[in-house]
Amino acid sequence: MYVRTTLKTLNDAFFMALEAIRDNLLRSILTLLGIVIGVFAIIAVMTAIRTLESSINTGLNVFGSDVIFVQKSPVIQMGDHNSRRKYWRRPNITYDMALELRDRMVGAEFVSAQDGTGGKTIRFKKESTNPNVGVQGVDEFGLEALNHKLDYGRNFIPEDIEYGRRVVILGTDVIQKLFPFQDPINQTITINGIGFDVIGTLQRKGEMFGQSQDNFVIVPITSYLQYYGSRWTSLGISIKAPDGESFDRTKEEVIDQMRIVRGLGPMDENDFEVTSNDALIDTFGSFTAGIKMFAGAVSVIALVVAGIGIMNIMLVSVSERIKEIGIRKAIGATRNNILFQFLLEAVFLSLIGGVIGVMLGIGVGNMVTLFMKNVAPVIPIDWVFIGLGVCSFIGIVFGIYPAYKAAGLDPIESLRHE
Amino acid sequence: MSLIQVKDLYKIYQMGNTEVRALDGVSVSIEQNEYVSIMGPSGSGKSTLMNLLGCLDTPTSGEFFMDGTNVATMGDDELAHIRNKKIGFVFQTFNLLPKSTSLRNVELPLIYNGEIKAHERRDMAIRALTRVNLGDRVSHKPNELSGGQRQRVAVARALVNNPAIILADEPTGNLDSKTGEEIMTLFDELHKQGNTIILVTHEEHIAAHASRVVRLLDGKIAVDEATNRGKKVTQ
Repeated sequence: MYVRTTLKTLNDAFFMALEAIRDNLLRSILTLLGIVIGVFAIIAVMTAIRTLESSINTGLNVFGSDVIFVQKSPVIQMGDHNSRRKYWRRPNITYDMALELRDRMVGAEFVSAQDGTGGKTIRFKKESTNPNVGVQGVDEFGLEALNHKLDYGRNFIPEDIEYGRRVVILGTDVIQKLFPFQDPINQTITINGIGFDVIGTLQRKGEMFGQSQDNFVIVPITSYLQYYGSRWTSLGISIKAPDGESFDRTKEEVIDQMRIVRGLGPMDENDFEVTSNDALIDTFGSFTAGIKMFAGAVSVIALVVAGIGIMNIMLVSVSERIKEIGIRKAIGATRNNILFQFLLEAVFLSLIGGVIGVMLGIGVGNMVTLFMKNVAPVIPIDWVFIGLGVCSFIGIVFGIYPAYKAAGLDPIESLRHE
Repeated sequence: MSLIQVKDLYKIYQMGNTEVRALDGVSVSIEQNEYVSIMGPSGSGKSTLMNLLGCLDTPTSGEFFMDGTNVATMGDDELAHIRNKKIGFVFQTFNLLPKSTSLRNVELPLIYNGEIKAHERRDMAIRALTRVNLGDRVSHKPNELSGGQRQRVAVARALVNNPAIILADEPTGNLDSKTGEEIMTLFDELHKQGNTIILVTHEEHIAAHASRVVRLLDGKIAVDEATNRGKKVTQ
C-alpha cells in the first residue's frame, strides 16, 4: 500500500514536473544546454572511439594468430625526436640475422623474414597501376605470418626463396586494375620495370581507416632485397608460436636468441622491438585511453557547471513560485509532495538534457563512419546508460537543496507572498 | 461532539521583548452544517483564528478538536492531510495556479489525496465545476476567466474533496458587489446542501449571509450571536 502511494506520488510528480518545465520553457531550455553539452561531449567521444575500436580490433589483425613480430623500431612510435633517433641508430636487421634466428629457434613453428615498401608501379602489357602499390618481400611462411589468404595459384616454395625467383602473388586491387577480364596466373607483370611471373592471387582483406589493405603484391624476400632493398632496409621477422599456450615462452626464447644474433652483451639494452597483435591493440588502447580521459574531464566540468545552473534555476523557480507552493500546501500537499515535485523537476530537466545530449553525441560520434568505408555505426549502449544515470544523479544532487527549501516553506507566509 | 471544538486557544508571538497575544483564550464550537462568519477589525486575531481553524498553523496552547480528532498537537504532514481531506479553502485572491486549467486546479486536492485514480479525479473535478456552473469552462486558464468565474473555480476546488468545512477568507474582497453577491448566493446554496461554512469577513452585509456571527476583539471573542437571518431560521 505504501509502495503504491509512493508510486502514485512519483507518477503525479512526474506530470507536475512536466507541466512546470512546459510553463517555463525558455528558461528550462537554457538550463538544459549545459547538460546537453556535457553529455554530448562524452557520448560523442565514446561513440567515435567505439567505432574506431571495432574497426581496429578486426583491422589490426596485421599478423597471424600466435605470431610474434621482431623489428628494429616499435610499430607505433610515440615520443620526441630523441627517442626516435634512438631507434633509427640501431643496426638494421639483415636477412642473415633472420636466417640465424631461424636456426637458433627451437620452440617455433616457423621463423619468417619480411619487408615492404610502397610507391611502386605495376604494369601488364599496356595497363598500368598508379605509382602507389606496395611490394612485400616474404618467404614461404610470409602469407601465414602476415595473415594473407591465398585465393588462386600457389604459395612460394623454399626454392623460390633460395634462388631469388622472379615470381609474384597479387593483391586484389592490383588484379582488378590489371586483369579485369583475364586470369592473371602465369602472366608476366613488371614491378618498376622488372618482370615477375604471377603464381598466385590473394583474397580480399578490406579496409582499415579508409585505407585499402589490398593494394600490394608479394615477391620472394630474396628478390625483394635484390631489386628493391637499400642500405636502409631493415627486415621484420615473424615467429609463430606452436599454440597460444606456449606464446609467452616462445616470446622469451625469441628475445633471448635475438640478443645472441644481435651480439648483445648481458648488460646491453635490446636493440630490437618485439610485438604482436595483442600488443598492437594494447598500444591503441593506451592511446584512446588518453582521449577518453580528456573527454571525461570535459564532461565532468560541463556537467558540474550545468548542475550548478540547474541549482540556480531551481532556486529562482522556488522563489518565484512561493505563492504556488503556499497554495499547494494549503490544499493538502505534504513536505514530501513538494520535495518530490521540485526534485523530479530538476531530475527531469537534466534527463531531458541528457537524452538530447545522447542523441546528438551518437549522431556526431558516428560521423567518423562517414569517412571510413565498411565501419558500422555504433551505439555505445553502456555509455548511454551511464550518461543518463549521471544526469539523474546531477539532477538529484543539485536539485535537493532547492527542493528541500521549497518543502520547508511555511504555508501561511507563502500564501501571503505576492 | 461538535464538528469543531476549540477550547482556551492561545497563539502568542514573541516580537523582540514584547509578547503579542494574537489569540488570547478563544473557546468556540461549531456544529455540522453551521454557517458562521468571523468578524473583527484588523489586528483582532481573526486571521490567526482562521489559520488555526484551517489547520495551517498550530496554537501555542489550547485544545482544538476537528471531527473528533485533536488537531492542536499534530505535525506538519498530519495537518496537511487534515487540510486535504477536511477543509476547503476559498481565498480573497482566489489563489489558483495561474498556468493550469480550471480542471487541473480543481483536481489538485485530489492528487494530493493520493488514493484516487486519474479518471475518477477528472470526473470528480468536472462534477465540482458543474456545481458552480462552470461545466463549460474546464479547459480555461484563470487569465481567461472573469474574477467571479475564478472565485467559482476556487469554490469548486474547495468542494471537490467533499470537506467537513469550507473556510472562506474574504471571498468577495476582490470582486465587485454584483459578482460578490453571486458568490455569496453560491455559498448560501452550498450551505443549504448541507455544507459547513466559516466565513471570515469585515463587511457586515457579507457576514449577514451567515446564521451566526463571531466577533473578535484583541484576540478574544467579544460577541457570539445569531444573525437576523439565523434568528429567522430558528423561528
